[in-house]
Amino acid sequence: MFGYVTRRLLTAIPTLFLIVTGAFFLIRVAPGGPFNLERPLEAKVMENLNRIYHLDKPLWEQYLYYLGNLARGDFGPSFVYRDFSVAELFASGLPVSIQIGAGALVLALVAGTLLGIASALRQNRPADYGIVGLATLGITIPTFVIAPLLSLVFGVWLGWLPAGGWGDGAWSYKILPIVTLALPQIAVVTRLTRGAMIEAMRSHHIRTARAYGLKPWTVVVVHALRSAILPVVSYAGPAAAALLTGSVVVETIFGIPGVGRYFVQAALNRDYTLVMGTVIVIAIFIIVFNLVVDLLYALIDPRVRLG
Amino acid sequence: MAQAKTTEDSELVLDIRGLVVSFATNDGEVRAVRGIDLAVRKGETVAVVGESGSGKSQTMMAAMGLLADNGRATGEVLYRGRNLLALRPKALNAVRGAKITMIFQEPMTSLDPLYTIERQLSEPLVEHGGLSWKQASARALELLELVRIPDPADKLRAYPYELSGGQRQRVMIAMALANDPDVLIADEPTTALDVTTQAQILDLIADLQKRTGVAVVFITHDLGIVRRIADRVVVMKDGEVVETGATDALFAAPREAYTRMLLDAEPSGRKDPVPESRPIVVGVQKLGVSFRIQQGFLKPPTILKAVDDVSLTVREGQTLGIVGESGSGKSTLGRALLQLLPHSGRVQFEGRDISNADKAAMRSIRRQMQLVFQDPFGSLSPRMTVGQIVTEGLLVHEPSLSRRERDLRACAALEEVSLDPSVRNRYPHEFSGGQRQRIAIARTMVLKPRLVVLDEPTSALDRTIQKQIVDLLRDLQRDHGLTYLFISHDLAVVRALADTIIVMKGGRVVEAGPAEAVFAAPADPYTRELMAAALAPVAAG
Repeated sequence: MFGYVTRRLLTAIPTLFLIVTGAFFLIRVAPGGPFNLERPLEAKVMENLNRIYHLDKPLWEQYLYYLGNLARGDFGPSFVYRDFSVAELFASGLPVSIQIGAGALVLALVAGTLLGIASALRQNRPADYGIVGLATLGITIPTFVIAPLLSLVFGVWLGWLPAGGWGDGAWSYKILPIVTLALPQIAVVTRLTRGAMIEAMRSHHIRTARAYGLKPWTVVVVHALRSAILPVVSYAGPAAAALLTGSVVVETIFGIPGVGRYFVQAALNRDYTLVMGTVIVIAIFIIVFNLVVDLLYALIDPRVRLG
Repeated sequence: MAQAKTTEDSELVLDIRGLVVSFATNDGEVRAVRGIDLAVRKGETVAVVGESGSGKSQTMMAAMGLLADNGRATGEVLYRGRNLLALRPKALNAVRGAKITMIFQEPMTSLDPLYTIERQLSEPLVEHGGLSWKQASARALELLELVRIPDPADKLRAYPYELSGGQRQRVMIAMALANDPDVLIADEPTTALDVTTQAQILDLIADLQKRTGVAVVFITHDLGIVRRIADRVVVMKDGEVVETGATDALFAAPREAYTRMLLDAEPSGRKDPVPESRPIVVGVQKLGVSFRIQQGFLKPPTILKAVDDVSLTVREGQTLGIVGESGSGKSTLGRALLQLLPHSGRVQFEGRDISNADKAAMRSIRRQMQLVFQDPFGSLSPRMTVGQIVTEGLLVHEPSLSRRERDLRACAALEEVSLDPSVRNRYPHEFSGGQRQRIAIARTMVLKPRLVVLDEPTSALDRTIQKQIVDLLRDLQRDHGLTYLFISHDLAVVRALADTIIVMKGGRVVEAGPAEAVFAAPADPYTRELMAAALAPVAAG
């Protein structure tokens, strides 16, 4: 187990290296640079800026320079938020995004699994159709519609919750963003759980459990859900990585100081170091959560061997 | 009505009266069981016999409250005076799994793969017996000893995937006996098992019945088993009981035509011998297939010899029966021979050496060598029409044929397997297992092959259908001078089809010779064991 985790983390290093390399050259292919503003800078100023940020050197030299810094844990300065380093931006923004994302993830898993089970046990009856209909709606309505709607209803009309902002992390400010982020995920998890549960409830070993007069709880949760949860677990891995690294739409609409915005802004601004930082953070999240998924699989299913 | 082995005053433990089982389907209501009466007395063995679709399983599923969601049961299923069909779920759960228990046809999937044997054996003990988990696991060990599983203490900690099919069925039997039941319902418990394992499981059930006095309801389509273990037989057809009686009386003088047909369904007849002068179609010398099994990251792989040093010759028009239990290497041998697996040794087909020939070289030979699989449900693409399935091979081997010519060929091939050519526009799911196997055979016949490898083509079918397929295969062989390699664990079918047989065990040939000679006087102890297991119940009666 420990050996397996170590081996997986070691193989992550070449993966990360390839991602860093690919991203580094791809963003440089895009025309323009961080200092090409709408009103062009004076040639002299531009030259100075380029020299300070090593942009006057050949590309391969810049690449080696970046790799060298990265190896020491230095993500470099942001080209656009000039008073901050990339590391500082993440240090302040990432905890915010993780709080919202983790809340949404937990809500999605709990609500989605419960709704999925309820739906599966009432297959092809009104309750099932209702839940599946809502889930389909949840997937089809985009976040940028739900977010302003929730904000309008609960923030402006009813006045129960703040319509936006962060309020230094007060819990009331987190509810609407978490719900907004969770809704489409609840829909996906519901559908996955429902499908897997229906299949599990039809399997032979569930028939055995019922034939032996076990309690409904034992049949549904102990036996059926344990195998039905596997597809949810494999979906939840990448979904967790996506949720915890922030959402552009939710953070922008509710005005939350997370890191989700950086990905889009940095790419548009050609903020090379911030783009690289975002790519690396997301890559690490994905690698870690894929590992977690594999470990959970082995924990749930004894037939899965790590190795 | 004759009820030889039961006395009149013996207690009824299960009394089914006027049971009707119906299913709501898109085509309206389908009645699977049409009002049957069936009584089980204390300690007796009742066999419920019938073909698939006769409603024999659904009768018992209804009694246990295990019907599918669209199923509905009316009538009465009385257990000690209480109607199980009218019980609330909680009251029903107190009976099923404790006093009425069940073992199923599918030992491979009937246990939860995610829990240990200990946990699953303990569950009903804790639920019904009121034991603590610790007491339950001690009792589970005793139960495993009772069903004679080797290394019971180790098996307790094992997961189902670590057990063989026979061992899993023993675990199911242990579970069934855990709470000292009155009735054990066994739904085709040996159908999915090898013949020797089958015999062991039957002996075990019979022995445990004697020791515990449990009544057994044995659902089966295999009359050999019925004759061996049942006191009384109930014959079902289309959801109704057509005949019932004491086993000996019913076997000696069946009253109904349907019963006579079932009794007559053992594959019969022998193949006409083929003169020695016919040319050799397949020659195999010292064939071997081995698999490397990687055990760990750095450990050296172990080599598993699936087929080891097998030599054989088959002449034109002959059938070679390849017999053995699962894992004996018989299917692997067939595949290696068709060059679907890399192998050592030499394979000659019509005088040409085709050992490890590459794909391009094999393509022209492939149409001469065809394969029919065991699973008639999985081996036909559900998204193609029967016509497309049958003619697919022609697209590869005779691309010059026009659509019209292909269609004619499909009609001819379907007629040859006794199917109406109009079925070619329908899809496989509309056909029964036997019909699908006919389609699979038509698919090979359309290419006019020389050699057909038949990999357990009748194992998934009812006895009566088996007999029809065996007759069909024999007719096709006679008409077209086909050469067959017939892979099977079913000795009755092999006997009806084969000129020569080889018996395989652990990848090696343990006995080979003309079919009649091997059946008359098996030389190898393993062959004798196989025959005793497979043919004894039939011979005994």
